[in-house]
Amino acid sequence: MTDLSKEEGAGEQFAQFEPVSRGPLAVLQRFLHANPTMVPFIVLVLSAAVFGLIAPNFFSAFNLSLIMQQVAIVGTLAAAQSLVILTAGIDLSVAAVMVMISVIMGRLSVDFGVPVPLAILVGMVCGLITGAINGLLVTLVRLPPFITTLGTWNVFLALNYYFSGRETIRSQTLDAEAPLLKLFGERFEIGGAVLTWGVVLMIVVFLVLWYVLQYTAWGRRVYAVGDDKEAAELAGIRTDRVLVSVYMVAGFIVALAAWSSIGRVGSVSPTSFFEANLQSITAVVIGGISLFGGRGSILGPMLGALIVGVFNSGLRLAGVEVLWQLFATGWLIILAVAIDQWIRKVSA
Amino acid sequence: MTAEPILKARNLVKRYGHVVALDRADFDLYPGEVLAVIGDNGAGKSTLIKALSGAIQVDSGEITLNGRPVNFASPLAARQAGIETVYQTLALSPALSITDNMFMGREIRKPGLLGRVFKMLDHAEMERQARRKLAELGLLTIQNINQAVETLSGGQRQGVAVARAVAFGSKVVFMDEPTAALGVKESRRVLDLIQDVRARGLPIVLISHNMPHVFEVADRIHIHRLGRRLCVINPKDYTMSDAVAFMTGAKEPPAEALAA
Ligand SMILES: Nc1ncnc2c1ncn2[C@@H]1O[C@H](COP(=O)(O)OP(=O)(O)OP(=O)(O)O)[C@@H](O)[C@H]1O
Ligand SMILES: [Mg+2]
Repeated sequence: MTDLSKEEGAGEQFAQFEPVSRGPLAVLQRFLHANPTMVPFIVLVLSAAVFGLIAPNFFSAFNLSLIMQQVAIVGTLAAAQSLVILTAGIDLSVAAVMVMISVIMGRLSVDFGVPVPLAILVGMVCGLITGAINGLLVTLVRLPPFITTLGTWNVFLALNYYFSGRETIRSQTLDAEAPLLKLFGERFEIGGAVLTWGVVLMIVVFLVLWYVLQYTAWGRRVYAVGDDKEAAELAGIRTDRVLVSVYMVAGFIVALAAWSSIGRVGSVSPTSFFEANLQSITAVVIGGISLFGGRGSILGPMLGALIVGVFNSGLRLAGVEVLWQLFATGWLIILAVAIDQWIRKVSA
Repeated sequence: MTAEPILKARNLVKRYGHVVALDRADFDLYPGEVLAVIGDNGAGKSTLIKALSGAIQVDSGEITLNGRPVNFASPLAARQAGIETVYQTLALSPALSITDNMFMGREIRKPGLLGRVFKMLDHAEMERQARRKLAELGLLTIQNINQAVETLSGGQRQGVAVARAVAFGSKVVFMDEPTAALGVKESRRVLDLIQDVRARGLPIVLISHNMPHVFEVADRIHIHRLGRRLCVINPKDYTMSDAVAFMTGAKEPPAEALAA
């Protein structure tokens, strides 16, 4: 350095952090900013504790495993949804694509005599294709993700009715001709709790995504694109490629959810999971992922899905009417977004 | 000048609708020099830098790097050619850490199977290098290199952006108002840093509205006016008020300074 040494101490003073004293609220704000899964984690533990007190059977192994099973499909969809929301997008088509792919897998296996593994493979490829369609519309045509997926939602819903002929493939038919499609509905027992492979799938999907987002360059770039797309582009990221890949990975996860959903429902019904779209978004938001993109941990939405499951189960066991489950979920969403806004305001 | 320009541009034109941001602009940067670019607000300085660093594509005109025509389709392409830029907007991802930002787009993977098969990033190594680079440049002493950039002050952020460009630039470094958010002492560090980089033989393009800064570090001053290069002056031959007069059109530049 040239004449830095003359200005004694200058090296240490540039951009140095003075020990600022902060109030407890500001400390909390910083803590939550650095640990985005803490809010959903605390809410989950608190709500489970409260329901354990007021609903006697809440902590039974049976009830806990039931919650997991009920959450599995929406949870898996929420994993896909999280990826898209991390890029400051939204995918309104997830549920329609899921049902459409389950119909494709079912019809190919049952009505067209395609070997079941091949039908499943076709389903997975369909997931990648639907994702690519959404991704290309968002990047090449430069449509906002909300509009893009609002459109493709309707398109895939129509195709779903077309492929299915509005007919349900019954459980017995699947058992006889394509039992592999119901794989993720199979149960197994550990320590008194009965779980399905669908629950395992959801957990594995979240763990793999967590690794990829946290420990690979692609993951860092997903965050950068969601955070500030223009900045990421200037910093040398091919943001359009990242976006298309995100929608494709999301589509693949939706295809996995489709397979899993057949096991959960037992049959293939073109009219199932109508609410799963908004439920997946709900889980993501409650899980602390910012709708503005670039912020939050992928594990949050799994907790978010569990929170909704815990509320629904707890309120039901406590004998509360169904309408109050919706009421509670609504307030949870509003609370989650309000907390997110507050955490985002953290500054130097 | 006897040497050939390392980076040269002729007749760059860039329109935004009716606005002509670059109107047949020329540009020359010689090896090892500090070239200041000055001009009024809206003169087209940032647009010029963006065109030269691949951030925008010009409508017409040509750019050569070391005598070879180049056509950067993206900032990534310019970066791969050794050109680093501190943009006026800094181009940092606020929610990501200092390390993540410094290595954005050139992440280091773990050696061996973990890196090759599982694509695992070597966070420890990147942190080590980021810390070393920041320290080397004497720019930042940061307590927590994993701190999100948005928790830094404006000046600290600018420091990170400058450090990133200087650390990785191998041919040319552009700085678009790198001291705009900095205090007196911090500006001093950046100016010293510019001298250090020049001592390393790397040419720098500095855009600034701060005339004392410009006159202190620049070898030559490129005056930009109404989307084009008006003239190039040697700071030893003119005063600051001359430069300002040329730049605002209050005074005609002398014939020998007019760009060829
Ligand atoms: N993306 C854009 N869309 C439309 N017009 C633009 C865009 N970018 C720049 N311009 C216009 O081009 C002209 C030059 O802008 P530029 O940012 O290059 O100026 P500048 O010399 O860097 O100014 P400043 O000193 O204020 O940074 C301005 O008139 C500006 O309004
Ligand atoms: Mg500018």
